[in-house]
Amino acid sequence: MFEGYWASIAIFLGINVLMGFSLYIPMTAGLISLGQGGFMAIGAYSSSMLTKAGMPFWIAVATAGMVTALSGILVGIPAIRIRGVYLIILTLGFGEIVRVFFLNFNYTGGAGGLGGMLPYTNLAWVGSACVAAALVAWRLRYVRLGRAMIAVHADEVAAEAMGVDLVRVKLTAFSLGAFIAGIAGAFFAHYALFIDSAQFGFLRSADAFLFVVLGGIGNPLGPVAGAAVATLVPEVFRFLQDWRMTFFGALLVASALWRPDGLISAMRLKYR
Amino acid sequence: MLGGTYALVAIGYSLIFGVLRLIHLAHGEVFMVGAYIGLEIMLLLHVGPVVALLAAILGTAVLGIVLELIAFRPIRRKGGSFLAPMVSSIGAGLILQEVFTKIFGSEQSDYPSQLANNVYDLGFVLVSTTQLFIMGTALVSMVVLHIFVSRTRYGIAMRATAENLEIASILGINTDMVIMLTFAIASALGGVAGVLVGLAYTSVSPFMGINMAIKGLAIMLVGGLGSMYGAMAAGLLLGVAEVLCVAYLASSYRDAFAFGLMIIILLVRPRGLFATGISVER
Repeated sequence: MFEGYWASIAIFLGINVLMGFSLYIPMTAGLISLGQGGFMAIGAYSSSMLTKAGMPFWIAVATAGMVTALSGILVGIPAIRIRGVYLIILTLGFGEIVRVFFLNFNYTGGAGGLGGMLPYTNLAWVGSACVAAALVAWRLRYVRLGRAMIAVHADEVAAEAMGVDLVRVKLTAFSLGAFIAGIAGAFFAHYALFIDSAQFGFLRSADAFLFVVLGGIGNPLGPVAGAAVATLVPEVFRFLQDWRMTFFGALLVASALWRPDGLISAMRLKYR
Repeated sequence: MLGGTYALVAIGYSLIFGVLRLIHLAHGEVFMVGAYIGLEIMLLLHVGPVVALLAAILGTAVLGIVLELIAFRPIRRKGGSFLAPMVSSIGAGLILQEVFTKIFGSEQSDYPSQLANNVYDLGFVLVSTTQLFIMGTALVSMVVLHIFVSRTRYGIAMRATAENLEIASILGINTDMVIMLTFAIASALGGVAGVLVGLAYTSVSPFMGINMAIKGLAIMLVGGLGSMYGAMAAGLLLGVAEVLCVAYLASSYRDAFAFGLMIIILLVRPRGLFATGISVER
């Protein structure tokens, strides 16, 4: 049923859904990032180096996720004092730094890129990771940490006054998002089988941002819907040939005008 | 030399952010369009860079107004969150980039160098005609902008709108008009920067906007959100810092250097070098 062309679209869709969740979770706490591509790069490069050294795939993926989560904490530390537009541009700068780093870091291939990974990624891996990420994003709304994140998003000062540990909540949100982006990167590397730094530039980060905002913030279905639309529309309209990205751009403008708060409305919190 | 063009792009961001509190993510593409308008005018009409600059100013100003009317104003009317205009401007940027790729091809186009490249010795540095032209144009643009903003009726209306949109509109300022004007001026500055960068590197490509867009944002932040003079100073500063980085550190890390510097400055002064006190608490 899922073979060839459709299987590859399904896998890329899955990776995009993961990227959507990687930004959705920090955004639950009001942390907007335009640097998710940088986290994806870290996951992709570190997992590739590990599997090339002979480590089993799933351990490499998990390790890459942990490494990326650590880097998420590093980026998150300056982010504690900064919010809104400052944070967006700061993370954008982080993404660029990561890109330029891998462009010049010869140990991982430098400007020539890194190839020679084995095709470990399959639909089952990506699918179960998506389901896991969706479950986490959904359950997050019902547990202490997730409620704290929503409170931080709504009003930082009030949340802190209520006893929410801002530093802990923000860092957790950021590194959890980074963890997912790292795993998405690992899957991407072992499916594309060739990675170079340009693949993880600003456009990749902007994509993750699009998935979430297009789909709608405040509902775990949002990033899924956003990623699905953004992945499938350019595929379905392949007959437009060279004009399909122009069409996609026009669609983005139109959807922002039509539903400025995203395709899927925010889920209402039930207080029990 | 490049510091001047960075400053021009960053001022554009700053003006728009000052009035609307929004990041205009298609601004880098406006810059790219400016470069191509300059290129085509020079190739088709065989005129000098001054005419090309004027054409680019006109063209990008119109483009800026069109972008505001299509991608920003309708969302403002519907009262969407501040994220929606970012999405629509990413979309608009994509369209511009794709259309220009379609027309001019994805390769780099050569930029005619119209200026005789004499090299002058200023005692402590050597500068070429092109470099002088670029620096001069950037400085003239900034001085003109300064006079406009501080001395003219429209400039004062613009500052009032940036101060507080609602109160300005209560006081009888046509804020929609002012916002359109802001987009026109900001985009024209981007267009000027586009032509100047074309002259400096003697080549342009449809993808040149992204890099400039990201750097311009970083400069705006370092200068202080919405601060025009901060953007000028930070742009010039980054231009010099980059050259020093290439000369004394590692040339391949030039692009990362700008952001490293930005993060360090933000850690020390979280509101930028010239803090404006604009609230960004959302």
